[in-house]
Amino acid sequence: MTDSLLISIIMTIVGAATPILLAALGELVAEKSGVLNLGLEGMMLIGAVTGFAVTATTGSAPLGVVAAMIASAASAGLFGFLTLTLTANQVATGLALTIFGIGLSALAGGNYVGQTVDVFGSVFPASLAEHPVLRVVFGYSPLVYVSVLLVAGVSWFLRKSRAGLILRAVGESDISAHSIGYPVIAVRYMAVLFGGAMAGIAGCFYSLVLTPMWAEQLTAGRGWIALALVVFAGWRPIRLLLGAYLFGAVMTLELHAKAAGFSLVAPEFLAAMPYLATIAVLAVISARKAGKLLAPACLGKPFKPSS
Amino acid sequence: MLIELEKRKEPSTAMLYLTPFIAVIATMLAGAVIFTLMGLDGLGAVRKIFLAPLVDSYKWQDLGVKAAPLILIGVGLAIGFRANVWNIGAEGQYVMGGLAGTGVALATWGMTGWWILPLMCIAGIAGGAAYAGIPAFLKTRLNVNEILSSLMLTYVAIQVLYYLMRGPWKDPDGFNFPQTRLFSDDQILPTVVSGTVVHLGVPLAFAVAVAAWLVMTRSVFGFQIRVVGAAPAAARYGGFNTNRTIWAALLAGGGLAGFAGILEAAGPFGQMVPQFPTGYGFTAIIVAFLGRLHPIGIVLAGIILAVTYVGGELAQSSIGLPAAATGVFQAMMLFFLLATDVLVKYRVRFAAPARAGDAT
Repeated sequence: MTDSLLISIIMTIVGAATPILLAALGELVAEKSGVLNLGLEGMMLIGAVTGFAVTATTGSAPLGVVAAMIASAASAGLFGFLTLTLTANQVATGLALTIFGIGLSALAGGNYVGQTVDVFGSVFPASLAEHPVLRVVFGYSPLVYVSVLLVAGVSWFLRKSRAGLILRAVGESDISAHSIGYPVIAVRYMAVLFGGAMAGIAGCFYSLVLTPMWAEQLTAGRGWIALALVVFAGWRPIRLLLGAYLFGAVMTLELHAKAAGFSLVAPEFLAAMPYLATIAVLAVISARKAGKLLAPACLGKPFKPSS
Repeated sequence: MLIELEKRKEPSTAMLYLTPFIAVIATMLAGAVIFTLMGLDGLGAVRKIFLAPLVDSYKWQDLGVKAAPLILIGVGLAIGFRANVWNIGAEGQYVMGGLAGTGVALATWGMTGWWILPLMCIAGIAGGAAYAGIPAFLKTRLNVNEILSSLMLTYVAIQVLYYLMRGPWKDPDGFNFPQTRLFSDDQILPTVVSGTVVHLGVPLAFAVAVAAWLVMTRSVFGFQIRVVGAAPAAARYGGFNTNRTIWAALLAGGGLAGFAGILEAAGPFGQMVPQFPTGYGFTAIIVAFLGRLHPIGIVLAGIILAVTYVGGELAQSSIGLPAAATGVFQAMMLFFLLATDVLVKYRVRFAAPARAGDAT
């Protein structure tokens, strides 16, 4: 295997891993506060189309990313209003959000199909970003470095900060947290909004970095893989990083096998690989009984203070 | 002014049945506003999507044909949802049912006889149930969350479909198009009203809903499902086996989704094509909730969602509304239903703030 092939494989893995890492990190925080948001895929699509539309209109990718975060967080706010304020079933509301996001993004993106924008690529000088070897460090979109920093940040926040402790308390025992005087609903709102903003960045990673264009259902079910990743990581940010890169490797395998004309197995089998791998990994994790113990105790349960 | 929620002692039955209608009307109003704001013909869209199919008697047959798979899948999913078993992979089970039935159709190619069609249906039910058996196995044996496993399997099922269409099951006389042979006369569902497209699957779907209603209200199985969902602890004390309930819920949901699949393949499609997965499995989730997880309610909800499908197509051809608009309307309906659900559990009071500055 030549070095340049190896480097391009590594870079493809990073590209495939980053969006699911970003989305899963946001979902992890929401779930730590006790809220299961199955609308990840829908929020990512809303972010993807918003980011693309704003970038195509203004020519500024950073502006597109910010707009995507706002739009996806707004859709998460809708989810929060239904599940937290109106105590609606979280599973059903999350599914509704996904169906809504698929439809709304297709509707809003209709005029942008076929357009392209410049790739939101590396901001380092070309001597580094396009260097045959050093590009493995410097050749990525700023969002890639942001995603790694965010993992460290969220990990610190949840383990060391006071606010993180409160968030975990709310997710583990909402009734106790409420009786001590912590604002359960407000904490959950913030966690859900953060999850939405992260899904927004994840979504526009597809439409601005990986394939700088918009197409219906651009995220192709990756939101669901991100959801599985949270379980896989046992609700721990560092493990999430490892898991995302592992999944990135599985997806890259598919791409490179296709490109190399690998014909021992059907291409459809390779396309199904990430999903089969997810099921296999979930089976291994869950069978160890670890899954149930690690999940926040109040996950998915509505809370209504009986004041 | 503050909105205060006061818990009702008993959930309101009146609201339980009223809120689906409130949700539909709210969707029409909000849809008109939102689509107008988006620069589209909002009022026209609502009129076309929700009213045109009902006014035009020529479209009623389409409503029946669209409602049939939604009702079948919705009834099956509702059994699971009642037991807190979240099978959201009905789309995959629908595809697998369609494929299993198609397998029988291809194996009996050139044969004739009345037995072929029932055999295809049995294969369809078995195929869908078997595919739902995977999440059931994973859930009961390995504790794998059925939401994720059933959904992942949907993506896998679609790849299986693509593989069969491009490879082994491709019509040998089909100019290399990725689709199967056309089913023969003995493999196609007969129409029940001559001169229309209403096939045998339509009355079958209604019959299944009535049967499910009887099972859910009159049998021990139905009681068990309802108890396990409503009060899992009580169910365990009562000696109901949780794992058996999970299996039953998933097999019922998968079987009915598979049945819907083969009825679509042997009905409107008349062959198997890569475009077979049309999202009925996901829309049926909305149908199940809008129908209040009650088989008869699901029949009504299935017809309402069928209206949006047929109306959506009308709006596409007549006022150029994008196809995606239908999905937005359908999702909004579920949003509004979930939002108005609060009226079932709580009484809403409008109160003036007690003290200034005490609003938080």
